[in-house]
Amino acid sequence: MERLVFLLSTGLARGAVLALFALSLVIVYRAARAVNFAQAAMAIVPVYVAFAVTAASGSYWFGLASALVVGALLGAVVERWLLRLVPQDNPLPGIIVAIGLVMVLQAGLAIAFGPDHRPVHAPFSQRPFEIAGVGVLSPYDLFVLVVAAVVMGALAILFNRTTIGLQLRAAAFAPETSRLLGVRVPRMVTLGWMLSIATAALAALLLVPTGLGLDPHAADVLFVNAFAAAVIGGLDSPVGALVAGLVVGVLASLVTGYASAATAPLAVLALLTVVLLVRPHGLFAAREARTA
Amino acid sequence: MTTTTSETASSNTADSPPRLEVSGLTVTFGGLTALDDVSFTVADGEIVALIGPNGAGKTTVFNAVCGLVRTRRGEVRVGGVPAPSSTTGLLGAGVSRTLQGLGLFEHLTVLENVLVPLTSVGASTSTSVDTAQEVLGALGLSALAAVPAGTLPYPERKRVALARALVTRPRLLLLDEPAGGLGATDIDQLAQTVRTVSDGGCAVLLVEHHVDFVMDVADRVVVLDFGHVIACGTPDEVRRDPAVEEAYLGVPVSAGGALGREERS
Ligand SMILES: Nc1ncnc2c1ncn2[C@@H]1O[C@H](COP(=O)(O)OP(=O)(O)O)[C@@H](O)[C@H]1O
Ligand SMILES: [Mg+2]
Repeated sequence: MERLVFLLSTGLARGAVLALFALSLVIVYRAARAVNFAQAAMAIVPVYVAFAVTAASGSYWFGLASALVVGALLGAVVERWLLRLVPQDNPLPGIIVAIGLVMVLQAGLAIAFGPDHRPVHAPFSQRPFEIAGVGVLSPYDLFVLVVAAVVMGALAILFNRTTIGLQLRAAAFAPETSRLLGVRVPRMVTLGWMLSIATAALAALLLVPTGLGLDPHAADVLFVNAFAAAVIGGLDSPVGALVAGLVVGVLASLVTGYASAATAPLAVLALLTVVLLVRPHGLFAAREARTA
Repeated sequence: MTTTTSETASSNTADSPPRLEVSGLTVTFGGLTALDDVSFTVADGEIVALIGPNGAGKTTVFNAVCGLVRTRRGEVRVGGVPAPSSTTGLLGAGVSRTLQGLGLFEHLTVLENVLVPLTSVGASTSTSVDTAQEVLGALGLSALAAVPAGTLPYPERKRVALARALVTRPRLLLLDEPAGGLGATDIDQLAQTVRTVSDGGCAVLLVEHHVDFVMDVADRVVVLDFGHVIACGTPDEVRRDPAVEEAYLGVPVSAGGALGREERS
């Protein structure tokens, strides 16, 4: 029982990070109509910057802010000066460019900072609180949950309650019609990339202290699990990403605790397979495909 | 029947420049001349119908007005000045259009659909919502404001498309087959709406296959065939024009619902 409570609560905290990263994949999918296979590498670059800023300034918060800013800038640069030049009529060139970008970014980080793990300290204790003798969430887990909730809430308001959010949604689903109604679609695509990579960078920043430390591949497993969660949720659906992120996080935590860490990816894969067999477009997929 | 007055019937007598003035418009696609020396005007408050068989060039006229096709010769003026070529410029000049095939954002609510054009003219969020609600109310769509547009039946979707074109309070409204696919009741309602809009001073240019609707609502009718204007005048004049009957392969224009040679597109 104690073990179950502990695994569930840890799973929730890990799931929140997964959900955040999955949400970043949904945002970029809506903007670019493609899965960004460079998401992990693009997310980890701002984390290195945050690490350097925190080391230089002594403030975790400066580091966090710089990760968001650098993530947004990186998203804009990659979209404007790289992906916009790639032919859009079929997805293959974009995927190849993304894989090339992963290699360049990860090799660049290894050259600049070395390929080794760097230990990263969490801003709060990672020792679980004990409630009635049962270990539950740590202060850092709580921090992660709060940050994830705040960011998701802010994104929900941005997308659903603001003018720019309406333009982002309109442009994502019907770019041609949006253009005829005066929406600056290319600007919306850039903005989508900025929001996406900033969100992904934040998720990676939150993840790193709970793992082995910082290295150029530190977000790779996060990407794989978050991709599974995004597909389970429906790729187009922010709510789907949130729910599926939490489910995958809890599932991985339970399987790791009761079986082994090596079994967890298999469990995620099994869940993904079952969902896709039952609902090929994911659990929360929109009723119909987008219009051109 | 139409409430045509002598001033609106002939826009040339107006002092101010016509809202829309198309003069000598020629558009070619490769070797094909889609429009050949087309000229007509639409005055403020006037309803002009553009009719003609399939492929006559009606949609191309709309596209030329909106700067979506390159014109070879001729000019389009809106309010006395050359028509802007950018979408935002056109919205600023008070031009709006409905799209063939509706082009609704299916997953967005009716209200959100109508709000999209307002986001690009820089209106504040609260005034935008008020304006949008007002237009929805005028078209009897208030109760459906929160419903995703894609779930509505066709006549309601068509009204949403019209609301979206009206929400920017256009001075020139371009309607691409507004009556297409509608039943008699909905067409009557549409005619009412179009008349109200035009009574408010808006110039309306519409492309339509439904002859009864055109004859009912239009102040003037411009007939295109193979890119040429073959007739232009009041509905009655055009109805009696032998060249028009010939263009429709001898089917009298007054005979029925749709013009002879045409198919719905
Ligand atoms: N973008 C285009 N490229 C080539 N030909 C076109 C294009 N648009 C229209 N046309 C041709 O121009 C002619 C007029 O078309 P259109 O204006 O769509 O006719 P309508 O709307 O009256 O049915 C047709 O022969 C059509 O095939
Ligand atoms: Mg047409």
